[in-house]
Amino acid sequence: MKRKQLKFLVGSLVIVLTLAYLGFSGYQESKAYYQTVTELYASKEKAYERRLKVAGDVVPGSIQREGKVINFVISQEDQQTKKVQTLAVQYVGTDAPPDTFVDRAQAVVEGKLGQDGVFVANKMQAKCASKYEKESAAGVKRNGAE
Amino acid sequence: MAQLGQFALALAFVVTAYSIVASLVGIRFKNDKLIDSGRNAAVGAFVCVTTTFVCLAYLFIVSDFSINYVAQHSNRDLPLYFKISAIWGGQEGSLLFWGWILTVYSALVVIQNWRKHSAMMPYVTAVLMSTSLFFTSMHLFVANPFNQIVTVQASGARVPFVPADGEGLNPLLQYILNAIHPPIMYLGLVGFAVPFAFAVAAMLSRQLGDTWIRTTRRWTMVAWFFLGTAILLGGKWAYVELGWGGFWGWDPVENASLMPWLIGTAFLHSVMVQEKKGMLKVWNMVLIIMTYIMCIFGTFLTRSGVVSSVHAFAQSSIGGYFAAYIVVALSGALYLLFDRLPYLKSENQMESLVSRESSFMFNNLILLAACFAVFWGTMFPVISEAVKGVKITVSAPFFNKVNVPIAILLMFLTGVGPLLAWRKASTNSLKRNFLWPAGIALAAGAGLFIRGVGRPVLKAPEEVGQSILQKVLGYSFTSSFYALGALVVSVFVAVTVIREFYKGAKARSSGTGENFLEAVVNLTLRNTRRYGGYVAHLGFVLLFIGWAGQAFTTDTSSEAAIGDTIAMRQYVLRVDKLGVEDTPNYSSQKASVSLFEDGRKVAVLYPERRVYKASNQPTTEVSIWSTLKEDVYVVFAGGTRDGKKAIIQVYYNPLVMWVWIGGIVLGLGTLIALLPNKKAVSRKRPRADQSEERKEAEAKV
Repeated sequence: MKRKQLKFLVGSLVIVLTLAYLGFSGYQESKAYYQTVTELYASKEKAYERRLKVAGDVVPGSIQREGKVINFVISQEDQQTKKVQTLAVQYVGTDAPPDTFVDRAQAVVEGKLGQDGVFVANKMQAKCASKYEKESAAGVKRNGAE
Repeated sequence: MAQLGQFALALAFVVTAYSIVASLVGIRFKNDKLIDSGRNAAVGAFVCVTTTFVCLAYLFIVSDFSINYVAQHSNRDLPLYFKISAIWGGQEGSLLFWGWILTVYSALVVIQNWRKHSAMMPYVTAVLMSTSLFFTSMHLFVANPFNQIVTVQASGARVPFVPADGEGLNPLLQYILNAIHPPIMYLGLVGFAVPFAFAVAAMLSRQLGDTWIRTTRRWTMVAWFFLGTAILLGGKWAYVELGWGGFWGWDPVENASLMPWLIGTAFLHSVMVQEKKGMLKVWNMVLIIMTYIMCIFGTFLTRSGVVSSVHAFAQSSIGGYFAAYIVVALSGALYLLFDRLPYLKSENQMESLVSRESSFMFNNLILLAACFAVFWGTMFPVISEAVKGVKITVSAPFFNKVNVPIAILLMFLTGVGPLLAWRKASTNSLKRNFLWPAGIALAAGAGLFIRGVGRPVLKAPEEVGQSILQKVLGYSFTSSFYALGALVVSVFVAVTVIREFYKGAKARSSGTGENFLEAVVNLTLRNTRRYGGYVAHLGFVLLFIGWAGQAFTTDTSSEAAIGDTIAMRQYVLRVDKLGVEDTPNYSSQKASVSLFEDGRKVAVLYPERRVYKASNQPTTEVSIWSTLKEDVYVVFAGGTRDGKKAIIQVYYNPLVMWVWIGGIVLGLGTLIALLPNKKAVSRKRPRADQSEERKEAEAKV
């Protein structure tokens, strides 16, 4: 009995260890640090080495298409200091940018920061600026919508 | 109507709470009247929540924009069917829909088992109603869909406000696929509440035979069917609407629905071992608890904003309540399981590695591993932030590296498992069952390999990966290599399944004189569970083949003016027209593209890029030429600034059609397995078979 159960244990262990190994190498390959623009500048030298995912709002009017490459700027306001920091992005991905990628959209770009300070992204996600912000700007408050 | 809805909701809350108390007190004091009253209250809760839901639907149909939720998700010009689908177009309404389905299912369960399982049913009612109470309080106190819009005056007074028109439904939700996707998803997710409730009730009432499994077998399958269908519909929608050329991107919201499906699949298979051999009892409890928790967790994930996703709902306070509910439900169920362990002793032990039980066990193990990997990858930003203070995300390569080998192994077990004998398979039976399928699969694999599929790519030393294994091998496992593996096991499984039908039908037609096709049909109808399962497996094979095709996708994008051509494999695309179109709802840039295959014109495609005027949101209208062999997927990615050229992106996606065909066959197999077995008419059959059928019949009652 003991020996039979050992066989199951060994079989299961082999499967689990193989998967763990594959998981680890996949992790090494695709890990990216998710940072805000402020955090990116705060991490200084490290920022050039890591694969990064950076979130920010697309600055209105900054989107410029040059053939397949899209240049634009994302910005983010620091919540404490109220200072707005910007990051120039060059999107070189093979996929077309998502439909939601427009002025003021929240964009998440994935790639590396170049030595010239331009962020070269090969992946991008974008979300529409939330409707709620538009409305509070118009002076309409909603009950329970917060 | 809003007041009626609000009132019905409040009443639902009271009735639901009463149902729980009456059921539990009734059990405690063995008071049948109280138990019956609790049961009736569960039906009452269904009536109340249904009224609430109908009220909300009415508000949408008449476009009552004094209600915040209606104003935010609908507008006057929206077609009626989208007004109705807009009910679940946002947080509050979709939660209400969730809660409503739960009460529908609960009412069905108590009516179906009105006079049955008297020891267990009061507990089932109590568990289902506890879940319902959680949702009802969410509707009532946290995400109430009936809130009115008010403006705040300078004096601070709040005055009701009715906007002239609503803000409209998100254009991405204005597609029929996406309108029906959420309800089907909920039918699946909520459905697992039923087997969970029976499992907990079985533990509470110490009725730990397999009654709870037999009673909920069909419920589990129905929930599993809906969940799987919803996942595939979501993939189909992403494929035809989002314009990135794929159908699965390992986005958190996709993962959220995949996790319960993976464990649910393990549960669906694992219960068979308990039914036949009385084994894996604790394990099955763990599986159904985890499936249900994953259903709630998925709902939590998409609504709380804990992980960022393209699809996620707005961040809201609702996450905390869901997290609390998950903790309570999970710890409660696990404590109960721990306490009842002595009642869950296994009646048999695993004897051989090569046996039906062991194949089920490995199937469970790797499905769980897959779920764990998906969970880990999805939650990694949260985990790494908690542990190391930095958010680290992982993307497709991580998920693929783990899950692709898992899927291939799982597929292999799909072929092997059903044909292995219980306890221990003899070498002879292995030879008899697998020699042909393995031979044919390997021959097919060799054929594909000669044609260039799956060749390992030798890499330059600097390109070889960092890991030791990769250094030793000198090449990396390319996706093409995995695709070859996937295709080989697919052929293997397909041959085993077809052979089972063939052998069964041949034996039957020689015994009854039916022709072959009749024999296949009758064979299936006589043992729907077995043959329905085979059909489902075959569907899974087809889906798998379509998925393997992903390894060979290519794409190109180019700026093209009128008359320019783009080459893609054996296809050539020629831009014939570029134009703009203006409608009241949207304006669009459009191209008319002729598609030539080997020089012969096969289609005209119209990729388009629209900008919806109300929301100022652009959408991509993909144009697809779809065949059984491959899809040519054309996207209008934008225009150059001078307006003379269009950026046209072309994807070449082999075998994608088989994903959808496979999904349909998988669903069909599930439906067959749900049918009751047709009774034998006259033919004598061996004893063992009869007793099995009797068991089945008992299960149905």
